[in-house]
Amino acid sequence: MTEALLEVRNLRKYFPIYSGILRQKTADVNAVDGIDFTIYPGDVLGMVGESGSGKSTVGRASIRLIEPTSGEISFLGQNLLEFNKKQLKDVRRNFQMVFQSPYASLNPRKTIGDAIGEGLLYHGLVKNRNEQMDKVAEILTLVGLSPDMIRRYPHQFSGGQQQRICIGRAIAIEPKLIVCDEAVSALDVSVQAQVLNLLAELKHKMGLSYLFISHDLSVIRHLCDRVVVLYLGKVMESASTEELFKNPKHPYTQALLSAIPISHPGEVKNRMILKGEIPSSINPPSGCPFRTRCPYAQPICALTPPKKEIFDPKTGKPDHVYHCILD
Amino acid sequence: MNKEQSLPVLEVRQLKTYFQLERAPYAVVDDISFDLHAGKTLAIVGESGCGKTVTALSILGILPTPPMLYSEGEIIYRGRNLLTISEKEMFKIRGSTIAMIFQDPTNALNPVYTIGNQLLEVVELHLQLHGEEALERVINALKEVGISSPEERLYDYPHQLSGGMKQRIMIAMALICEPDILIADEPTTALDVTIQAQVLDLMRNLQQKNGMSILLITHDMGIVAEIADEVAVMYASQIIEKGPVQEIFQHMAHPYTRALFNSRPGHGAVQGKLHAIKGSVPPLNNYPTGCRFHPRCPYIMEKCKQGVVQNFCIENPSHKAKCWLYDASPESQAKLEYKSMRGKE
Repeated sequence: MTEALLEVRNLRKYFPIYSGILRQKTADVNAVDGIDFTIYPGDVLGMVGESGSGKSTVGRASIRLIEPTSGEISFLGQNLLEFNKKQLKDVRRNFQMVFQSPYASLNPRKTIGDAIGEGLLYHGLVKNRNEQMDKVAEILTLVGLSPDMIRRYPHQFSGGQQQRICIGRAIAIEPKLIVCDEAVSALDVSVQAQVLNLLAELKHKMGLSYLFISHDLSVIRHLCDRVVVLYLGKVMESASTEELFKNPKHPYTQALLSAIPISHPGEVKNRMILKGEIPSSINPPSGCPFRTRCPYAQPICALTPPKKEIFDPKTGKPDHVYHCILD
Repeated sequence: MNKEQSLPVLEVRQLKTYFQLERAPYAVVDDISFDLHAGKTLAIVGESGCGKTVTALSILGILPTPPMLYSEGEIIYRGRNLLTISEKEMFKIRGSTIAMIFQDPTNALNPVYTIGNQLLEVVELHLQLHGEEALERVINALKEVGISSPEERLYDYPHQLSGGMKQRIMIAMALICEPDILIADEPTTALDVTIQAQVLDLMRNLQQKNGMSILLITHDMGIVAEIADEVAVMYASQIIEKGPVQEIFQHMAHPYTRALFNSRPGHGAVQGKLHAIKGSVPPLNNYPTGCRFHPRCPYIMEKCKQGVVQNFCIENPSHKAKCWLYDASPESQAKLEYKSMRGKE
């Protein structure tokens, strides 16, 4: 098998809470609590979960935008956590992010030409302003905008166009991995379709990999090769997209899938409506974090759930991993 | 499902709402008519900026002026036109017999009052109940929307509750006066899928129990399939297709409805390219002449570019679409055949 692009092992990120007059640490928010995943070159890894499940923190911590508490991150075999500032600057060329709200992530005082071209100059990919602007014009065409728009400001564009600009900015320095944090969630369905098509097209053209964070299962299903299901900072289940949607094993995944609205009015869906809400990650339940809402919960669930693997008959490798006492 | 059997509780006729934009009036809601039947759910579907929220706010008369200039047409509720009655009379209707829930419960609740306080205000104003009686009513309403230990929750501030809980509080607040009509503006958009399923389930149960009508505003065809009885699709300030939900999903007539439906991931093609609609929604001050969808429409004909498009019936008289494809002329018949061929692919 090819070498992994990004391999994350046992990633943890705790945010301390300080309180009292002495501002002493009283508790931790266990945002990410021991997560493993691997992204191969050209792959799209989907990360799905409800708000508060830690999916955005995973996205940021795995490219060291926030410092993880512990864990291992290896990028093409190099340990990212041992890098100093200088090395980190060089390696960061390989990572970019696209955020949920395109308007909030563009500087309103910068023309889009400057926004897209900034990284090019910073990383020394172009020598001067002329070269920079030529390159930017090229990128604008690539993301489906007209090069004449280069001097415009972000507010002169619609939401979908702004997201194209953000994507243009991300691909400008030719990264290997783009972290898309809810990149299409704020867009209307018809615009969302355009942006998803663009992401798929760019992946082909430039050989990109994505870490695609979303709460929307139909988007994940459309774009991703593999899916990781998160709940309260822990991995519940991970599998190839096809396998996960065909054969969900964890009750939480089953509940998520059953909550997708039906596509035709006559359709009858056997729905599993969960009670209650996601608990706080300050004091997460012991063992399986889902046990407080799980319809099949048993006393044994308070202990760490066993890891179960299903092997792919074709390759003989584990293709589907889940953490649950059920079979 | 006979029209004679269930009389409409709300009739909207030729509603036009004008906004001021660059010193000129523009109709954000342009000639909209629909009926909301007792105990039924009508869904208004469309993309952002198509005027669906403005339609809802016009019914309640809570649009800020400016930018709103004025509304024309008729909104008939209990024999009276809501656009012409006095503010004092409107005050009695708003929040008591026609209630509304908003998209973002965090912004809709007042952060400096406890939720008990905010719920009691509604009861005191509209039901003239006070003290113990009012409190009991509030607690019952909270129980009905599935909030555990409501006596304690009364003393919580909005920030102490999660998004799903806040939306339940909003629903409780809207339903406390047992309204005839509930206007729900994107009630689940800000919520997670599992919580969305809970809230939709709750709305469905409460509707069965109270027999109220729901005017649901959404952009999600999935939610429409879940709870709507009738659908109106809006594009660029107009209703372009309208009909019973089964009819609409079986024979999507207007090219826009079809495009909107097919652009959802996992419905047109599971993997590969999504059927995106080319171009973008036209801005309010620059609507195309003729059919407003014609510059983006794959089945464009010469007559689409000018004049007013009529409503045509599709199969069933209650299913109407604003599209020249259904005028039964030879040209449109040929286009339709081509369209159904493409649909089968």
